[in-house]
Amino acid sequence: MSETIKTDVLIIGGGPCGLFAVFELGLLDIKTHLVDILGKVGGQCAELYPEKPIYDIPGIPEITGQGLSDSLMQQIKPFNPTFHLGEMVTGIENIGDPLYRVTTDAGKTFECKAVIIAAGGGSFQPKRPPIAGIEPYEDKSVFYAVRKMENFRGKNLLIVGGGDSALDWTLNLQPIAKRVTLVHRRDDFRGAPDSVNKMRALVASGAMDLRIGQVAELEGADGQLTAASIKDKDGNIVRVDCDAMLPFFGLTMKLGPISDWKLDMDDELIKVDVSTFETNRLGIFAIGDINTYPGKLKLILSGFHEGALCAQRVHHYVYPEKRLVFQYTTSSTSLQKKLGVA
Amino acid sequence: MPKITFIEHDGTVHTVDAELGASVMETALRNDISSIVAECGGGCTCATCHVYVDEAWLERVGPPSPSEDAELDAAFDVRANSRLSCQIKVTEALDGLIVRTPSYQGR
Repeated sequence: MSETIKTDVLIIGGGPCGLFAVFELGLLDIKTHLVDILGKVGGQCAELYPEKPIYDIPGIPEITGQGLSDSLMQQIKPFNPTFHLGEMVTGIENIGDPLYRVTTDAGKTFECKAVIIAAGGGSFQPKRPPIAGIEPYEDKSVFYAVRKMENFRGKNLLIVGGGDSALDWTLNLQPIAKRVTLVHRRDDFRGAPDSVNKMRALVASGAMDLRIGQVAELEGADGQLTAASIKDKDGNIVRVDCDAMLPFFGLTMKLGPISDWKLDMDDELIKVDVSTFETNRLGIFAIGDINTYPGKLKLILSGFHEGALCAQRVHHYVYPEKRLVFQYTTSSTSLQKKLGVA
Repeated sequence: MPKITFIEHDGTVHTVDAELGASVMETALRNDISSIVAECGGGCTCATCHVYVDEAWLERVGPPSPSEDAELDAAFDVRANSRLSCQIKVTEALDGLIVRTPSYQGR
C-alpha cells in the first residue's frame, strides 16, 4: 500500500459543487484533495450534458456543462487542489475527533479532518447488459473495464458496443488476443472516425470479425464463458466462441459504497443539517444533489450555497483555535492575496 | 390535450394527459411512470428513457435522428421500433399514442 496522503479536507465528487467547495475552502486557507470516479472533472455537467446550455446559473444567462466546468477550474486554480481521477472512494473510517481515514479502490489512503461528499447522483458505473445468467461470469470472464491488457493475451474476445470504449479496446487488444469479435447492434459507429476506419481495415484484412446484432445468450460454466449467441435484427442467431466478453454500453449513476458509510439516509439521499450541511457523522458533510433537507432543490446554485456554508463549519475542525472573521473578496486584501489578484 | 398510453413491461397501463410541446419522456415523469428513468434529463445522452413505439404509430412518430440512433447504442434490447422518449415531442397528431417500456433501462 502506498503512503498516506494527509490533507485538511477530502472532497468526493468533481462536479460543479465539489469544484466550488474547493474555492470556498481555499478562501479559508483549507487545503483540499478531490477524488472522482470519472477520468475528468465536471461530473454530470461534463459526462451527461457537456454541450447542453444551462440557463439558471446566477449572473450567467447561458453556459454549457463543459463551459461551467472549465470556468470553475479556472476559478479554483489559485488554490491548487490535487485531483485523483478515475478512482472511487470505498471506505471512510473515523480515527480521531474528527479525523478520517479514507481509502480508494486504487489503493490510496488519505487522512483528513473533514470529508465533503459532493457525489451528485452517486458514482458513474458501467451499465450491465440484461443478459440472463450473466452474473456468475462478471469479473471472471465478463469485464466492464480493462485493468490489465495482458490478461487478454491469446484469448478469444467478444467486445460489445459502438462507441469509443468498444473501438479503442478492439484496436488495443486485437494485436495480442487470439481473435477479437466486435459486436454492435447496427453497422454504424459513433466512435471517432479514425478508430472506425482502423477497425474496418482490420475486418477487411481478415484480422478480426465484426458481427451486427445483440448478444442474446451466454454459454459456459463456473464463471468461464465459452460462447455467446448473437441475434441480428431479423432474429437470426450466430454462435461465437469466446473466452471473455467486454461490454461497453456507457455509464449510469449508482449510489455505490456511500450506503455503507453509516450515514442517515432518506431514499438514497444523505440527510444534512441545513445550517452546516453536516451529516449525522461529525466532520462528514454532504452538498449538492446527493443531500436532502426540507425544501431541497437539486440546482447547481443550491450546491454552491451549501459549499459556502459547509466551509464555515469545516474551518472549525481544521483550525479549532482560530476565530473565523467573515470577509468579502471584493474588499478583503487578505482574500485577494489568496486569489493572486492583490 | 393529447393522451398518451404507456404500457410498462409488467403490463401496467397508464393513459395520461400530455402537454403539447412537452416530450413523451417529460410526460412520463410528470405522471410518475417509474420505468422511464431519464437520468440526463432530456439531453439525449443516457438512453434511460427508451420506449418501443406501438407499430400502429410508427409512421406518425417517425424514425430517430442520427444522434438519437447513436445514443440508442447505450440502450438494451433495441428493436426496429425503439425510440428515446425525450426526443419525441407531443403534438396533436400524436393524440392516442401508445408506447411500451422495456424491462431494463440500464440501471
